Order: sequence, then structure tokens, then C-alpha cells
Amino acid sequence: MRKLISSVSPHINSPVTTQKIMLDVIIALIPAAVASVIIFGFRSLLVIGVCVAVCVFAEWGFEKLCKKENTITDLSAVVTGLLLAFNLPVSIPLWQAAFGSIVAIVVVKQLFGGIGQNFANPAITARIIMMTAFSQTMTTWVFPDTVSTATPLTLITKGETDSLPSLTDMLLGMRGGCLGETCAVALLAGGIYLLVRRVISWHTPVAFIGTVALMSLICQKSVPYELLSGGLLLGAIFMATDYSSSPATKPGKIIAGVFCGLVTVLIRFWGNFPEGVSFSILLMNILTPYIEKLTRAKPLGGIKR
Amino acid sequence: MKLHGTKVPHCKNTADMAPEALPVPKAVTIPMSMHIGKPSKPVVKRGDEVKVGTLIAEPDGYVSAPIFSSVSGKVAKIDSMKMSSGQSVETIVIETDGLQELDPSLKPPKIYSFDSLVEAMKQSGLVGLGGAGFPSFVKFAVKDLSKVEVVVINAAECEPYITSDTRTMLDKTEYIFKGIDLVKKYLGVKRFVIGVEDNKPQCVEKLREFGKNRDDVEVCVVPAIYPQGGEKVLVYNTTGKIIPQGGLPLNVGVIVINVTSIAYFGEYAETGVPLVNKVITVDGSAIKEPKNLIAPIGTPIKDLLEYCGTKCEPAKILYGGPMMGIAVPSDDCPVLKMTNAIIAMDEKDAAEKKPTPCINCGRCLSHCPLKLDPRAISRAYNAGSGEELEDLYADLCMECGCCSYVCPAKRPLVQTNKLAKALLREYKSKKEEKK
Repeated sequence: MRKLISSVSPHINSPVTTQKIMLDVIIALIPAAVASVIIFGFRSLLVIGVCVAVCVFAEWGFEKLCKKENTITDLSAVVTGLLLAFNLPVSIPLWQAAFGSIVAIVVVKQLFGGIGQNFANPAITARIIMMTAFSQTMTTWVFPDTVSTATPLTLITKGETDSLPSLTDMLLGMRGGCLGETCAVALLAGGIYLLVRRVISWHTPVAFIGTVALMSLICQKSVPYELLSGGLLLGAIFMATDYSSSPATKPGKIIAGVFCGLVTVLIRFWGNFPEGVSFSILLMNILTPYIEKLTRAKPLGGIKR
Repeated sequence: MKLHGTKVPHCKNTADMAPEALPVPKAVTIPMSMHIGKPSKPVVKRGDEVKVGTLIAEPDGYVSAPIFSSVSGKVAKIDSMKMSSGQSVETIVIETDGLQELDPSLKPPKIYSFDSLVEAMKQSGLVGLGGAGFPSFVKFAVKDLSKVEVVVINAAECEPYITSDTRTMLDKTEYIFKGIDLVKKYLGVKRFVIGVEDNKPQCVEKLREFGKNRDDVEVCVVPAIYPQGGEKVLVYNTTGKIIPQGGLPLNVGVIVINVTSIAYFGEYAETGVPLVNKVITVDGSAIKEPKNLIAPIGTPIKDLLEYCGTKCEPAKILYGGPMMGIAVPSDDCPVLKMTNAIIAMDEKDAAEKKPTPCINCGRCLSHCPLKLDPRAISRAYNAGSGEELEDLYADLCMECGCCSYVCPAKRPLVQTNKLAKALLREYKSKKEEKK
């Protein structure tokens, strides 16, 4: 008789793995990627390609240098690359996109311990750093066909509401903006896919978008334009739900969503920037450990001390 | 409030298979520790003739249980063996004569009062047959009977594969009710709730048919979500009562007993044959023909596997189901009192999953039936912080395995929780000392 394997229970595992979860996120991002190519042309594919390739390479290279176990097969670097690209204007110089990718993977993710350990969302943080470093190219909105346009949020800020695109165009994404954030239909389709696959829960996106809607209503702004503009859908569905940088408790997720919504409208309505989704998510990331601690459930039968 | 849980595969392949009697094994090895509490003391020596039901070991101390020979034959030796826990335990090895004669001194117990019921339960050798193996009479020896409001009969059988309780409900229904009647009469309990998962409609039907004219027995159908059979979970889902931290079901007026245990007690009261046989579900990816078998306690696992046939050499063999079962060191290990299944896994099923880094997805906490945070417990354990573990209620963990099961990173969370509980115990006792 050969030696039997001995291990602690349970002896079976669910088929879900980290890799499968990341693959689901990638699948959910594909509609928006396709839309970006249709809306902004093939250069968008180039930007996506550069970001994904550099992210994966940076992860591989960093882990190689540090003699850490290689994790590129978990596909999380691909997700970061996609999300970062989605947050860049299509006209971004490729070296800047590559720089952002390295910041996202090396500085924000790997230096904090790699997957699951980063306290801030790598793509969001890299985008904010790029906004500061390359403010010119990061706010040049080329659409359509090399004619510079302002984003709807800039138009709203300036009060030029007459030149806003139609709501149908807003839904389809035919507007100025970062390459992956404009097509609401594609983003919502991806969001529904993630909900169905139970990769994300509804709490954060609904609380986030709901808060923006409610605040827009109270402040007498156009609710549909506020919801469909900027990076709200991309941020609420794909970035604020990032596992490692957002609360894992259900009430925590709702608090995070409401908080993001409030900060977003604060910046949009009264701040210097036309858009505040990125900042709101980064701020929420920083508060995540506290939100989690405050919303920890009392276990069944647990006696308060 | 709805408790979390996990949908695990049911694999109840043997639910329709009436138990078959295993041929009498050549020899049985009966360990002295088949219950929670002190190991029993052998009262036979080498060369003694024993029959089925002969007392071979008596309880040592209060929380302990008598052990009876499961076969007729001769005591070959008093030996010791390493159990799956790693501890060495004294064993009695009996060579069988194949006759399986009953000990002539066996007669039905006289149950006429509360004390005689508890005594009979003790003399029957009954321990919690759901898997825990806590001597049953201790649970029923209640000091203040007025405190017992309800007896919850655990018939959830939420572990994958296992159908031995299912067979009890189908084949021994009258004994379940006989057991209930005895407890009702001598403990004065007025309410009985049988908790059954909704994946066993045939059992629900049979139990309802038997109990149709009774308002004291309620068959409560609960969703087949693991770990429905966890004591705290079942008590909450059937009665709404919450067992407090560190407390027993009795603290909230409940006694919980496994369905096979109560049926066995009903049968014992009628026949006087103590606990010597078990119905065992033999299944798993390495088994050719899954079956329910009636095996004498002490039968080596390999006899059961041989009888059912194996597709390949098993890579891992479990006492019990795949969620909470214990991996055995060898197929020489015997069937114990609380064994209800033997699961043999092939190489592929048993292959160890390599843990990858935690991605903080929160699946472990959203599936924990007790609402613990295994992710945080793991972090606190790694930091060696007893204080934090106390804050996280790590000691509440019942090791049901939901967290490890759902973890996409395949992290051994139950293992860490076990270690964390040990660390917390140490921390608490040090804290006590300081006071």
C-alpha cells in the first residue's frame, strides 16, 4: 500500500480560481474595448496593447528581479493594463502609456506586496499620477477623427450645455473622453456579466451610481448626463469593486459606494477638475481598512466584549 | 437574518441503496477512543472469548463510554495504534469465528424513569453518531429538566456523498419515533424538530407520514446549503435560537441529537443490542461501486473498499465526508463508532491545490455561516496576535470548511483557523493567569 495523502479538511474545493475570476473581468471588459476601437479608431487598440504588454512585462520583470514567484498567469496584470488603457485618452503618447503601466504594476502593486496586497487600485493611481505628470496630453480629447473636442463634463462645467452630444450618443459612447469610459452600453453589459458570474456584487456600483444620481437631482443637474459622463460607469463597475483595495463586507461596500459618489459630485460640481471619479476611488481605497473594521459583522452567538 | 453557507456538490449517489451487510471480517481492531472524553479501559485480556455485544471496555471517568465487541471470536491482543489524529490509542484486536453469535446476557434495558433512561443510554455505548462522538448520555443528563424546551434532531446530512442518515430515516423510521417517545416520556420534552435538507424529499415524506397525527414532532425542511447540519446553524434555522459563544445548545433550552443516534437508541431500547454495527456510505472517485454497508465497528477500512471495489489505488481516504472528514493514515484504520462514511479519492481528486496569494475577494467572509472573517483571522494569526484573534471571535469557528472551499486562491483557511484557535486558547489562558 502506498502512502496516503493526509491533509486538513475540506478535501474538495470550488472550481473558482483567481485566474478564472480575472478572465471573467477581462471578458467583461471586451465589449468596451471593442467599442473604443469603433469610436476612437485603431489607435485605441494600440494604447490597450501597449498598456497590457507593459503591465505583464513589468510584473514578470519585477518578480524575476526580486526572485519572487511568477504570477503573470493569474491574469491580474492584464486586467490592470486594460483598465489603465481605458482611463487614457486615445491620443496619449505610447511612452507615457508605458510609463503609467510601470507605475501601476511596480510602484502601486508590486512594491506593496503584489496581488491582493496593494491598498490602492493600480490603474486609478497610475492615472492620477499621469494626470499630474502629463496634464497636457492627459486632457487632450481627440474625437472624432483628430478634431479636438471637450468632454461633456468640461462642457457642463463651462456651462456650454448646448453643444453636448445627444443622449443616444452618450449611451453609445460617441463623445470625448478616455477611450474605455465612453460607451455606457458596453460597460453596463460587462457589469451585468460580472454580476451574473458573481465576480462582483451590486452593492458598490449601485450605491456609487445611485449617490451621484441623487446628488445630481438635488443639485439640479441633468441626471442622465451626470451618470453617462466621465468615468463614472467604468469606475463604479470595474474600479471601485477592485477586491484588494475596497471593503469586503457588504455594508462596507455600500458605504464605499456612497462615499465615492459624494466625493465625485463634490469635485464635479464644486471642484477645480471636471471629473472626480478617480480621486473618489483613491480616497475610498485609503479608507478601506477603516470602513471594513467599522462594518465587521458580529458573528452568530458572539458575545460583545 | 439568513445565515450564509455554500452550495457544495451533493453526490448522494447511494441514497437509494439499502445497506448491505459486509461479510464478517477476519479480525476487528477496536480503539479505546471512539468518543470525545477519556479513552475507555479494556476489561478483557488476550485469549478471552467474546460474543457480539460483550462488554470489552468500560468508561474511564464521567465523559467516556463503554465499548462492546462487534463480533464473536477471541481477543487476539491488546495493542495500540496511531489514530488519524496522530495520537496513539490502545486497541483490542479480536479474531472472529464468523458465527456472529449474540452475547446471551443481552436484554432490553428497563427504562422507567429519567435516571434509568440516562443509564440505558450510557450502557448502550451511544456516542454522537453525526461524527463528533460526544457520549450521548452526558447531553441528556440534564440537571434542570424544565430548561429543555425542544429537542432538535439533526437529519440535515449536509456533507456530500454521505447517505447513512438518509438510510436511517428510510429504513429505521419507527426507531426514530420510538427514541423520540422515550425522550418525550422521561425528559418531559414537548417539542421535537427534525431538521432535514430539501434534497431528501423521500425522507421528509416518510417522516411526515410517521408523524402525521402528532403535534409534538415537526419535520422542518431546510435548504440544502452546507453546513446546514452544523449544530449552531441547524438550531438557528429550525428554532431561531442562537447558541451563545462558548455555550451549549442547552443554554438556549435545546438538546441536539443526530437522527441515527436517536434511532439507534430507540432500537437499543427494544433489542438491548449495544452499539456494535454502523451503516457506512462507501463512495468517492476511487470507488467502483458506491454502496451503503453494514459493518461491525473495528472492521478495517480496506475490507469495505475491497467489497465495493476500487477503480484505482486510492490516493486519499477519509473518515466522513469531504468537507469535514478526516484523512486516515492507512487503510488499516478501523471503522469507528462515529464513522458514517468512508470516502476514497483518486489521484486527481486528492491532488493538493497549490495556494496562491489572497486576493482579498471576501468570498470566505461572505460564505461563513457564523459571519467570521477568515481572511482577517489568517492575518492576525500570521502576526501572532492573540488580542486580535479574540476581537475576531476566532474561537467561534466550527471548521465547517466553507471558507477553504470557496477560496479562489485555494488557501488553507481552515488549517489556519485551527492554528489560530490554538493560539487564542494559549493567549486566553495567559491572560487568565495574569489576573
